[in-house]
Amino acid sequence: MTERTIRVTVNGRPWEGRVEARKTLADFLRDDLGLTGTHLGCEHGVCGACTVLVDGEAVRSCLLFAVQMHGAEILTVEGLADGERLHPLQEAFWEHHALQCGFCTPGFLMSLVSFLRDTPDPSEREIREALAGNLCRCTGYQNIVTAVRAAAGRLAGASRGAGTASS
Amino acid sequence: MKPPRFEYLAPASVDEALEMLAAWGERAKPLAGGQSLVPLLNFRLVRPDALVDLNGLGELAGLREEDGWLAIGAMTRQRAVERSPVVRARCPLLADAMPLIGHFQIRNRGTVGGSLAHADPAAELPAVVTALGGELVVRSRRGRRTLPAAQFFQGYLTTALAPDELLVGVRLPAAPPGTGAAFLEVSRRHGDFALVGVAAQVTLDGDGVCTRAAVALTGVGPVPVAAEDAARLLVGQRPGPALFEEAGRAASAGLAPDGDLHASAEYRAHVAGVLTRRALARAAERAREAGR
Repeated sequence: MTERTIRVTVNGRPWEGRVEARKTLADFLRDDLGLTGTHLGCEHGVCGACTVLVDGEAVRSCLLFAVQMHGAEILTVEGLADGERLHPLQEAFWEHHALQCGFCTPGFLMSLVSFLRDTPDPSEREIREALAGNLCRCTGYQNIVTAVRAAAGRLAGASRGAGTASS
Repeated sequence: MKPPRFEYLAPASVDEALEMLAAWGERAKPLAGGQSLVPLLNFRLVRPDALVDLNGLGELAGLREEDGWLAIGAMTRQRAVERSPVVRARCPLLADAMPLIGHFQIRNRGTVGGSLAHADPAAELPAVVTALGGELVVRSRRGRRTLPAAQFFQGYLTTALAPDELLVGVRLPAAPPGTGAAFLEVSRRHGDFALVGVAAQVTLDGDGVCTRAAVALTGVGPVPVAAEDAARLLVGQRPGPALFEEAGRAASAGLAPDGDLHASAEYRAHVAGVLTRRALARAAERAREAGR
């Protein structure tokens, strides 16, 4: 079969339909669902701009096929904010000037959401290693490192405030 | 930059996958994590008529200890190996190599079997299997066979796998007590392909005498290179800086790497020697700590 029916949940919304087998997850999100926040830079897994979460884990959406996503839960940059309220990581990027043209930003954000979930109190070295899988060609990385540190503090404070066990 | 059209086949069992591979032969490609194959598809450097997606085959995922070996299913995600306490305890060389494979986003999806079957000459896992004397487990409808690394890796991106065969797992000998390991590499940026990498493992007895040593290099030829001369120098000795230095020279001397735009042949051979020295020193230090 060169086409299949899939059922997926994207940013909390269920979707069911036919997709061509060769369509990457990135093209499916952009073309079929109109979620153009997921950007395509290199289309071979190097630049990280297309990073999304599949079942909670950060992956390159240019290296997956939509047909493989049957039953999966996908989170894209459009699903990060809570209505008008930005995600703490988005706020930190804004406040610390961690973006300039913004093309790479969705990929950075999605990588870092999962990174900070797994590493709530990262060292500078861990932050820099986590950033290595995403390329930024205008701002540089220094402000992104600063933003990640600020977001880590804010997220840790938020989970303490809510009394949730974040470990 | 978009893949060509293909038939998408999603087998529900290994047996069904083997049937599909037998039926399609060279026209089909197994799809594991896709972190190497999908870029090749996107570039249209490969144009299979069918992809046999292995991602539904839970029976190929997971790792366990059996009779002093660590058995890892081909579809085990690299991230799962990286996070495994069993791997850390029983296979320290593999544990040390895992964080060097691509980036964490790649390891979330990339698999152990996919990396081994792709056989990139700069990849880490083939060097680990070569250093440890691991076995690659291969199945087809015709049966099952087990290959050592030297037979499995045949050349640049080339393995002994026939078109109807599937790599189903790898077996690595568990480290004996008093073992330390180190995987070191030089790359332009963390997570990039290594220019040169060295896998080293050292076992010391209670008196600090080396009973076993293994070294394998990646990025210095079409297949991983076992630096047996370098490893042999350590056995029976209480290894120290002079011996590590000598082992580094021995590892470097036997190499004939290709130069390319990333690094000249001379540079690669030199770095191989330096990394061998450092990796053996670190492995021996960790072996001493493990023996305490």
